[in-house]
Amino acid sequence: MKDDHGLVWLGTPAFPQAARTALADTRLRANLKRATTTIRDKRLEAVAELDDWEQLRDAGAALKTRTLRHLDHHLERLEASVTAAGGTVHWAADATEANRIVADLVHAAGEREVVKVKSMATQEIGLNEALAEAGITAYETDLAELIVQLGDDRPSHILVPAIHRSRAEIREIFEREMGRWGRPAPDGLGDDPRALADAARLHLREKFLRAKVAVSGANFACADTGTVVVVESEGNGRMCLTLPATLITVMGIEKVVPTFADLEVFLQLLPRSSTGERMNPYTSMWTGTTPGDGPRDFHLVLLDNGRTATLRDTVGRQALACIRCSACLNVCPVYERTGGHAYGSVYPGPIGAVLTPQLVGAQHAASLPFASTLCGACYDACPVKINIPEVLAHLRAEVVEAKARDRRLPTPEALAMKAAAAVLASPGRLAAAQRAAALGGRLLARNGRIGRLPGPLRGWTDSRDTPQPPAETFRTWWRNNRKQP
Amino acid sequence: MRIALFVTCFNDTLYPSTGRAVVRVLERLGHCVDFPQEQTCCGQMHFNTGYRSAALPLVRRFADTFAEYDAVVTPSASCAGMVRDNHPALAERYAPPALQQQIAELAPKVHEFTEFLTDVLGVTDVGAHFPHKVAYHPTCHSLRGLRLGDRPERLLRAVHGLELLHLRAPEECCGFGGTFAMKNADTSAAILADKTADVTATAPDVLCAADNSCLLQIGGGLSQQGSDVRTLHLAEILAATEGDPR
Repeated sequence: MKDDHGLVWLGTPAFPQAARTALADTRLRANLKRATTTIRDKRLEAVAELDDWEQLRDAGAALKTRTLRHLDHHLERLEASVTAAGGTVHWAADATEANRIVADLVHAAGEREVVKVKSMATQEIGLNEALAEAGITAYETDLAELIVQLGDDRPSHILVPAIHRSRAEIREIFEREMGRWGRPAPDGLGDDPRALADAARLHLREKFLRAKVAVSGANFACADTGTVVVVESEGNGRMCLTLPATLITVMGIEKVVPTFADLEVFLQLLPRSSTGERMNPYTSMWTGTTPGDGPRDFHLVLLDNGRTATLRDTVGRQALACIRCSACLNVCPVYERTGGHAYGSVYPGPIGAVLTPQLVGAQHAASLPFASTLCGACYDACPVKINIPEVLAHLRAEVVEAKARDRRLPTPEALAMKAAAAVLASPGRLAAAQRAAALGGRLLARNGRIGRLPGPLRGWTDSRDTPQPPAETFRTWWRNNRKQP
Repeated sequence: MRIALFVTCFNDTLYPSTGRAVVRVLERLGHCVDFPQEQTCCGQMHFNTGYRSAALPLVRRFADTFAEYDAVVTPSASCAGMVRDNHPALAERYAPPALQQQIAELAPKVHEFTEFLTDVLGVTDVGAHFPHKVAYHPTCHSLRGLRLGDRPERLLRAVHGLELLHLRAPEECCGFGGTFAMKNADTSAAILADKTADVTATAPDVLCAADNSCLLQIGGGLSQQGSDVRTLHLAEILAATEGDPR
């Protein structure tokens, strides 16, 4: 489902409700815990190998900050370089426009199907669904993305879209669905990784060899040379990027880097942060078209879709520095328990909680900035030092202020916060409230602890006892024991 | 040195023994502390829940209450972080220049308790005696906010009779997160379950931390599971002596 904001966005239910569904799924939680713990440890090892990791992070952050500040300039340079190298650049203000451009290009090539490299930007705009409406079938060729597509599912992670699936589930999906999309799964398919990968390889190879048009995303694009970069692990990307006659790349405008030399920093930061590897297995770079080698026709679609609006927010814009490594997802205590679907967006986890509300407007994704304990693990893990907790707190205020503007009556929470502020505004009122709390506590407590309570406090008391507030506050003790008369 | 104690609204109301422990330790080390009565709250709950304008008067009150002191000590890593990092940021955005200046000067004088002992007073052995098995949970704000590093463990290792045990995954959040525990109660409880399992497996007599808010969450979970592990603020362990055990 795509809403008016042009971003694939499930939107409802809000995070707390969606999380409840995920939390009840014990198999999902086991899959997530195993996967995030493994990749987290691997990343720590890979990062520890570099003495200059902190300097690399600083360099990455500085490059991104500077580029975003002069984004228009770098994009115009990119357009000139790509055009000079024989490519064609298209500008898309939103999802609808980007999808139309791609569909028109596929039709112009006289084709009804495309192979796809996994791409967050095309997920974001719902390209596959838009192409289907235009009579074009899009085949995902990334292994995890294939699992998601065959399973009629949604990605649950930026880097590992099928992180929520176990091997047994994948085997079952392959056996059931592969035949409908092309070459069926071999008879007696086992569920060891090798057998599953072999089945996917046979299934996909037919599509690579037949496809005339490919669609990719981009990890980086260099303004000075017009070089576009895709990093991946399986080689499917390289197949898509070299075999078809027409290549269409859709990239968010924030992916531009000023110079080819800047890749030195990002190609060290990205693989170590995302897969915990020193280098990803395949890094493909192409610059326009080359006669007799690779696609004859190259199109670059530059996608805005809420990005320039995000750029206007001086605190929130740092989210655009994201290089989609997903390190923040893997260290997030909330993501680890709920998985990606609970976020209702193609960008889940901490980065999704700050990026999605900005791309669609904070009031439309109001529960996401609150889907964090503000533990700060994401900030520590981020290879380009996006201060996610800072942006979360900032967006929480935007949500609260938007609600106050839109409603005639304040929310119960706003009333409670206002009451708390009034109490805390004076030591006398605080002392009175403390006396009331001590009295209330005495009425509710048993053996010095308060157990399960009904009503709005249930969420807390269902899994935690609360100590009975002591009769004497610190304030009173001080007055009775230390204060000079 | 004029030392003021910022006891935090949360400790004042629910955990007054922590404030008393801080006073006891500092007085034992020969320092005089003051508790300015005008203090209330640092505004963290309002700030973190998105009610920035409601936090502003509290920021102003904090600045006025503590302006005269050389050092402000607080037994809460998260409140210290709020004052040190977010008060200046809030002031920069919303407050007049005079208040901005006042807050900028005050912020670096605000210290979390273990930081004050190790960095400002330069002590690790505070003369405590606590013959129990203790595990330390580094709260997110002490670990990644204030970067307290091994300061709390250094203080604990110097306590006579204390055996320090290590959690399997100390750096993992307990799931409290202030209003997160109410707004996302189920997720919070799921994170807590892993933390209490870690504590139970480590089997200390006491679990301690530099923030009572996280201990409220973990202790509440342990209590509901019928665990006999006690939760205590680190200051209370440092305050214990042979003559005055906790």
